[in-house]
Formats: sequence, structure tokens, C-alpha cells
Amino acid sequence: MENFYEWFRVLYDETGINLPFIYDSFDRKRMIAGFFMTVWLSLVCLFFSVIIGMIGAWLQGSPLKWTRRIVNGYIQIFRNTPPLVQLYFFYFAIGSMLPRVETEWGGTAPMLGSFAWAAISLSFFAGAFNVEIFRSGVEAVPKSTVEAAEAMGFTRLQIYRDITLPLALRVALPALNNNLVNLVKTTTLAYAIAVPEMLYQANQIWSDNVNVTEMMIFLLLAYFFLVGVLVWGMNRWERALKIPGFGQ
Amino acid sequence: MSEYKTDLPVMLKAPPPAQDSQPLKLTAWHLGALAAVCVFVSTVSFAQSGEDRESVFTVLFRWMPLLLQGFVFNLAISFLSMAVGTIVGAGLGLAQISLNPAVQKSSWFITQFFRNAPWLVLLFFAMFLLPFQIDLGFFEIPFPDWVKAVIGLSLPVMANVSEIVRGAVLSLPSGQWEAAESLAFSRRQTLWQIILPQCVKRMLPPWMNLYSILTMATVLASIVGVSEVMTLTGRALAAEGGRTDLLAPFYSFVLLLFFIYCYPIARWTVRLEKKFAVIN
Amino acid sequence: MSWDETQPMVSIKDVHKSFGDLEVLKGVSLDVMKGEVICIIGPSGSGKSTLIRCVNALNDIQQGSILVEGQEVNDPNLDKLELRKKVGMVFQQYNLFPHKTALQNVMMAPIRVLKQNKDEVEERARALIKKVRLEGKEDAFPGELSGGQQQRVAIARSLAMRPDVMLFDEVTAALDPETVGEVLQTIKDLAEDGMTCILVTHEMGFAREVADHIYFTDRGVIVEHGPPATFFDDAKDPRTKEFLSQIL
Repeated sequence: MENFYEWFRVLYDETGINLPFIYDSFDRKRMIAGFFMTVWLSLVCLFFSVIIGMIGAWLQGSPLKWTRRIVNGYIQIFRNTPPLVQLYFFYFAIGSMLPRVETEWGGTAPMLGSFAWAAISLSFFAGAFNVEIFRSGVEAVPKSTVEAAEAMGFTRLQIYRDITLPLALRVALPALNNNLVNLVKTTTLAYAIAVPEMLYQANQIWSDNVNVTEMMIFLLLAYFFLVGVLVWGMNRWERALKIPGFGQ
Repeated sequence: MSEYKTDLPVMLKAPPPAQDSQPLKLTAWHLGALAAVCVFVSTVSFAQSGEDRESVFTVLFRWMPLLLQGFVFNLAISFLSMAVGTIVGAGLGLAQISLNPAVQKSSWFITQFFRNAPWLVLLFFAMFLLPFQIDLGFFEIPFPDWVKAVIGLSLPVMANVSEIVRGAVLSLPSGQWEAAESLAFSRRQTLWQIILPQCVKRMLPPWMNLYSILTMATVLASIVGVSEVMTLTGRALAAEGGRTDLLAPFYSFVLLLFFIYCYPIARWTVRLEKKFAVIN
Repeated sequence: MSWDETQPMVSIKDVHKSFGDLEVLKGVSLDVMKGEVICIIGPSGSGKSTLIRCVNALNDIQQGSILVEGQEVNDPNLDKLELRKKVGMVFQQYNLFPHKTALQNVMMAPIRVLKQNKDEVEERARALIKKVRLEGKEDAFPGELSGGQQQRVAIARSLAMRPDVMLFDEVTAALDPETVGEVLQTIKDLAEDGMTCILVTHEMGFAREVADHIYFTDRGVIVEHGPPATFFDDAKDPRTKEFLSQIL
């Protein structure tokens, strides 16, 4: 392994291609930490945005007019305003209104840190799109199938959970896939509130080493890789969910 | 669903809703609700602020002209990026359907490369890797930050336009090509006189959607130091001495500006989509 | 609210139902005793399907009364679950849940809605699938079954709730001619077992064979009714005669 690292040091000396995040143990640690921070932030946001999408799509089918209106208002606001400003709004405006908590050193700290706010903000942002995606899936489920479940005494929630959602998910998967890919890319916004994710760490490294070009290319490849893994995973999921004889 | 895939979550176009679905029927109350939220948040912060300080509204009102100026700058950036991105992207998209495999492959690769990269990373890319001026020997073209931002933002636009063009051309039934060929049109003639005119309608809604996303992405320029609305908001807040009760109203104001601008575009896009869906 | 077997199991009295301005049922009354099989026939659009959909509250009615084992269906505070435990329904379009296997389709409602023990339900479900002559198809998905097979699964699915009365809404109308017979045979088996059945059908031969009583509806009213022999051979009303002459 040391030889491997050393090779990149030689590469730098010989060609000027500087990849300190490989040969320098400090930068390497930063980069790995940043990479996993991006992965973790993405996973948290993926999870919550999908949950928001599922719940939102259910609420949109509510018989109560105001429930539907509030969900629609949420969707329109989050879809038609810049995610970065949303993030600032959450982090600075709402964050400053929350009470501060005491730290173990006796000082006070905000109740939620930048990571938590990034996760909340991005989940709501992507969630607004997921609601629409799931809604279109729900609309694709034949009314008669829902009726059959009604005739057997299923409640509205049971029908949604056991019948509509599983079928809607299959219809919505390509669009969901697309949105989740975008979500992964949008996690870079967390940089703006100093969440130490991949872009942030890369920025630190290029500030110290003045190797912007190399870091940029690495970053683009790294996001390519992450998006590729996600797409691969979603495709596998899609195949696993495939029902014989349904929706060819 | 068109083949057009999106790049930021914002780009995902809403599926055409069923005839009686509500999200698009509400207009006035949407704005009303947003305004209500702003007022509510502001009042809450106002209640917290001391008596000796200026009211939140007075402060916001004083800064409003500057913020609006900043927003106009955002729009200017969006127009320019859209123009550059559309022109280059259209060329790239046509290259993607070229019969020359080398042209086709390389344009496909460029498209995918810029489509799958985060916008913010591309913006950094342009900021740091473009020279601050280009020396033509007899004349020097300066590259201030905002020009770099325009270029940085036009990169993902270009890639997405490229996909829109390709998707629209491929979505036409192959019979159109065959019919034109049988009438002895050349490939170039077929493309310009038969295929593209039909594609414009298909391309318009995703293109508008893309514009809306781009507009919202212009605030990213604040991260790299361009004096647009977000940067100015930050400066205004700093100039007011970091009063925390000002944060919510100021950010809400910025959100509102974008909402007022982007929401009608979104609605119009959906309308067009529906209209064209009926025609096709 | 007491009900015993000397009273009609389903008692429909003067039912009116409109969709907007269109009055589909204009005062329909009929009684069904326990163990009785009745067939409702008539031209399309005469309100037959609407009538039986009202019986298990899939459609509400504007006026009149529907009693199922003494329970009033036309009641805003109706316990739909209670009603639907008693009333099974089979649809023209089968409406199986496409993401569940045949066996799972049959087991779902007893487990989810009635919260019955899974093992016991499975045993019963397997027996029901055997009863509808689909042994070996337990693990097939609806998309892998023929129309007739799907319809028989749908019947088994309804029976799994152990209803007291079964509604059949033109269950053979969407089937290929060669699979109609197997479904009719299944219904006949049921009728012979003493199940109370209300059928909307176009199969006159079948109606004549299994029904205890035939009702003929036209334009929202019952024009004529009687036991099959009298009804088919000795119709009084000119409208009935015309319909029968067209169809037989």
C-alpha cells in the first residue's frame, strides 16, 4: 500500500499531477471522511424524501380540502424556490429561532447542527418532487383495483399501504430514480453551510495544495461513481420488484 | 413521459395531472399562503425584537431596492446562461444524432459528463479553471466573476438542452424519416425541414422547465462571490449588525422573489405540456 | 336490531340512485332469502350493476333502504367493515391485486382486515383455491393466469372472507368464450352449497339453470320477475318479451 501511495508522490514530482488525497495521509483522511459524509447525507435524504413522498401522496388523496391544499402549497413552494435559499432559510432563520442547548463543556450550541439542517432541508426539497412522482403513480393504479379492496373491507390506509403504494411505486420508479440521482448531486449545496462533505473537503484540499484542476476532475469522477452506484442499485430494485405479467 | 431526463431535482417535470387534480388550479391562495408565512414569521421575529430597534419591515423595506437589483442581476445571468447553453447544447444535441460514430460518441460523452455533474461543482470548475482574461494578442477580453458564472451555469444547461434535442428527435416516429427519404430529401433537408420543426413543440416544455431550474440555480453564484441577490442579502444582514430577527424575513423575501418568478413559468409549462399532449 | 333466517337476507326497498342528473335507479325493491340465488338481467344501462354495487355500499343511494341481515346500508354511520364482512363481491374485471400471487390475493383480506391467524387463513385459502379448481396455481401472479382463472381466484378471494351473501357483477362479460364455462361451474358449485347469491348476468341459459328467481330491469325499474320457468316461458311485459327475443 505504501508503494502505491508513493507512486502518486513520484507522479507529482515527475509530472506535476498532484493528488495529495492519495499520498498524503492527512488529506486522504479528509477526502475519505468527505466521501462518506456525502454518502451518509445522501442516504439520509433519500430515505426521508421517499418517506415524505409516500406520506404526501397519501395526504393528497385525502377527502379533506385543506389537507390537500397544504400539501400542494408545500410542493409548489419547494419546487419553485432555489434549494440553496431554502437551505439558508432552514439553517439560519429557523435555526436561530430554536432554543440553544448546553454543551458538555458548559457553553451553548444550536440545537441542530449543519448536517441535520442540510438533511432536513434537502429531504423536504426532494420530497416535494417525490410527492408528485408518487401521486402520478397512484393515479396510474386502476380505480377498480382499489374498489375491489374497498369491497373486502380494507380501510383507506390499508388500501394505500397494501395495494396502491406497492403498485404506484413500480410505476413511479423511473421518475423516482431520476429524482434521487438529482438529490445526490444536490447534496453539494450542504457545502454552503459548511457540512464537511465531499465538495467541502475537496475545497479544503485545493486551498492547501493549489491543485484545483486535479481536485475538480476527481470530484466529477467521484460523483459519477456515486450516481452510477445509485442507478445500478435502483435498476436492481426495479428488477426485483418486477411482477410477472404486470406492466410490460 | 418524454425521454428528457433531469439534472437537478428541480428538473423533474411533473407528470401531466389528471383532469381534476388540484395543484395547478390554485393560484391566488398559493401566493397568499406564502405571504402569510412570511408575515407570520416576521411578526414572530418582530415580537422578539427590542423596542429600541427599527421594525423588521422598515429594515426590509429599506433594503428592498438593492435586493431587487440583485434579483435582476440573477435574471440577467439566467438569460445569458440559457442563451449560451441553448445554442451550444442544440449543436451538441444534433451532434448526438450524427451518423458519424466519432462525432456521435464524443458528443454523447460530453453530454453525459456535464449532465451528471453537480451544478455547484461545474460552477467551481468554471470559476477556478477559466482565466480571468483571454489574451488575443491585440485585445484582452476580461473574464469577471459573473461572466465565469454565466459560463459555469451554461455547462449543465448545454448538456440538458443536448438531451432535450436528442430525446425530441428520437421520439418522432421513424416513419417521418422514411417518408422524407422516399421523397428524396437529403438527411440534412429531412432534419431541418421535417424533423426539427416538429420537435420544437416537444422541446418547449422541458426547455422552459430547464430555464426555471437554471433561474433557481443562479443563487449558487453567491457561493463563488458574484454579487447577486443572495450575496446582497448576506451583506444587508451583516450591515444590520447580524440581527437574528431579520434572517427569516430577508430569506423569505428572496424565496418569494423566486417563487413569483418561477411559479408562473411552471404553470405555463404544464399548460403547454397538456396542450401538446392533446395534439400529439 | 334482530334478524333471523325467516326474514330476507337482503331486502331492497324503493331504492333511488342518481349520478348527477341521470337517475339510474327509480325505485327498485326486491328481497333475497338465505340460500336463494337470484339473477338480475336486463339491457345495458338499466341499472343492474349499480343496484348490486349499492348493496355493499360501493355506491351510495339517495333514497330508499337496503337491509343486509337487518343492517341498514343507507346510513351515514354505516360500519362498512361489518357490512363487507357479510357481503362478498366479484367484479367483471376480476380486479385481482397484480403484485400478489393467487394465494396471497386470497389470504390478504382475512389477514389484514379480519386480523385472522395466518396459518389458519393459509389452510383455508389453499382449500378455496382447490375448490375453484386452481390447484397448482397458488404461486402464479394474476398476470400469468387466463381471464377465467383470474376470475376464479377472485371468487376464492371473496369467499375467504366467509361472506353470507355473494354479489356477482357480470363476472363472465370480460372473459373469452372458452373460459366462461369454468367460471359458471364454480358459481354453480357455490349455489349448490347453499350460498346466497345475487348475480347480474347476460348468460340466460345459466340464469335459467341456477336461479331461484329472475328479475328483469329496464331503465331503472324492475319490469318483471318470477321463477325461471315462468319468467322465460311466460313473460307478460312487452319489454321483457322484446329483450328475451333479442337475446335468446
